[in-house]
Amino acid sequence: MDDTELAHRLARDLDGTFETLVRAHVDRCHAIALRLTGNPHDAEEIAQDALVRAYRALCTYEPERIRELRVRPWLATIVLNLCRNRARTRTLPSTPLDPLVEAGREPRADAASDPAGEALRTADRERLAAHLAALPERYRIPVVLRHVDDLSYAELSAVLGRPEGTLKAQVHRGLALLRVAMAGTEREELSA
Amino acid sequence: MTRTTRPTHPVVADDTPGSLAALAAPAPEHVADDVLVEVGLADRMAPCPSPLGTLWIAWNGRGVAEVELATDGAEALARHEERSGRRTIPGDALPAHLADAVARRLAGERRVRIPLDLRGRTEFEIAVWTKALEIPRGEVRPYGWIAAEIGRPRAVRAVGTALGHNPVPLIVPCHRVVRTDGSIGQYSLGGPGNKRTILAAEGLDPDALEDAARRGARLSGSTTTHIVCWPTCRHARRTQDRYRIAFRSLREAAAAGYRPCKVCRPTALEAAA
Repeated sequence: MDDTELAHRLARDLDGTFETLVRAHVDRCHAIALRLTGNPHDAEEIAQDALVRAYRALCTYEPERIRELRVRPWLATIVLNLCRNRARTRTLPSTPLDPLVEAGREPRADAASDPAGEALRTADRERLAAHLAALPERYRIPVVLRHVDDLSYAELSAVLGRPEGTLKAQVHRGLALLRVAMAGTEREELSA
Repeated sequence: MTRTTRPTHPVVADDTPGSLAALAAPAPEHVADDVLVEVGLADRMAPCPSPLGTLWIAWNGRGVAEVELATDGAEALARHEERSGRRTIPGDALPAHLADAVARRLAGERRVRIPLDLRGRTEFEIAVWTKALEIPRGEVRPYGWIAAEIGRPRAVRAVGTALGHNPVPLIVPCHRVVRTDGSIGQYSLGGPGNKRTILAAEGLDPDALEDAARRGARLSGSTTTHIVCWPTCRHARRTQDRYRIAFRSLREAAAAGYRPCKVCRPTALEAAA
C-alpha cells in the first residue's frame, strides 16, 4: 500500500488502519532513531513514542487533513523531533558501537547468511555506524534521512525546512566525511 | 580540488550510498505491539494472584479493560478478545505500577487510582460502577441505594444487571452491593460463594447480615446521637450494642426522631422502595 492509499484509509477508518501504518513504518522509525541517537535503548523508546504520538495526533485531525498527509516525511519529522528533545535533555554522550552488537541490533558477522555478498561485512557496518554517529548533526541528519531511510530530497526538504540544494550539498559533504573516516580507520588497521 | 584526491571507499562511494541502507536495523518485534497496546488498539492479558484464585487482567494504555477469574489463561484471553473485539497479547505479568495499584486496591485502599478502559459501555453502566467505587471496604449497600444515588431510583433491576456486567470486578467492588431485601445476592466473578468469601475477607459476616435483614433490622440507629445508618456504615458499627437500635425502614426511624447519616445516606432506600 502506498502512502496516498494509506492516508485515505486512515482518514476513513483510523482505528481499523492504524495497525497497518505501524507495521509498515515501525522499522524505519526505529532505524532513523537508532542512527540519530546511536543508542538502541533510546531508539526503541523513540520509535514507540513517535508512533503513539502519531496516533494521538491523527485522533485530533479532521479526515480532510489526514487524507492529505504525507505519512513518510510526517513520521520522520516526529522521530527527528523526539531525537532532538532527547539529545537536549541528555548530557552523557551515547556509545554507538558495542552496545548495538550486544543488544543484537547490529547483526554479528555471518557470511553464510549473505550469499549474494551485497550487504556490508559486519565489521564495515560497525565502523560505518560509528563514523555516522560521529558526524556533526547538520550532516548526520540529512545523510540518515536520505540514505538510511531513503527519503527523497523533496521529502527531506519538507522535514528539515531547508532548500533541496542545501540538503544535497550537506548530504554530499556528509558522505565525503564518512569516506575519509572509513579510509582513515582502514589505514590504522593496516598499520597496526 | 582536494575532493578528487580524497581516498574513495567502496562502503560510501558516491554511487553506492545504498551501503548506508544496510544500517537500517529493524525494530525489535515487541515495539509494534507496544504501540498498539499503548494507544488502546490491542490489549495485553496477564495473570495476577488473588485470594479467589488466579485473576487474568487485560489492560492497554487507556486502563484496565477486564478482570476475569480463570484457571486457563488461553481461554480467558480468547473470551476477552471476543468480547472486546481487540487483539489480545499474552503477557507474563502486569506492569509494576499496575500490579502495585491492583494489589493495594484489593487490600482495601480506595485512593489508589486505577485507570479503566470502559469504551463501548453505556453511560448508565459507568454511572453505576462509579457509584459502587464509593462503597468502602467492609461495608455493603443495596442495589436500590445505587439506583437512588445516580438519580434513577426506579432502575433497581437495571442496576443489578449493570453490576452483573461489571468487566472489572474487585477493582470496581460490585461485591459490596447486595439485594434490596438484605440478602447477599448474585456475583459475576465465580458465583455468590465468592461474594461471601470476599465480603468475609473484608471483615463482614455475610450470614449475620442476612439474618439481621430477615429479622427486619434493615437500618441501625444510635440512641445517643439519634442518627440512623446502613448497618455496615462505619458510624453504625462503632456504636456500642447498648446504644444500638434497629429500624425496618427510614420512615420508622424518622417517626422515632432519627435523622439519616450524612456519610452512608440511607435516605436512598426509601426513594427506591
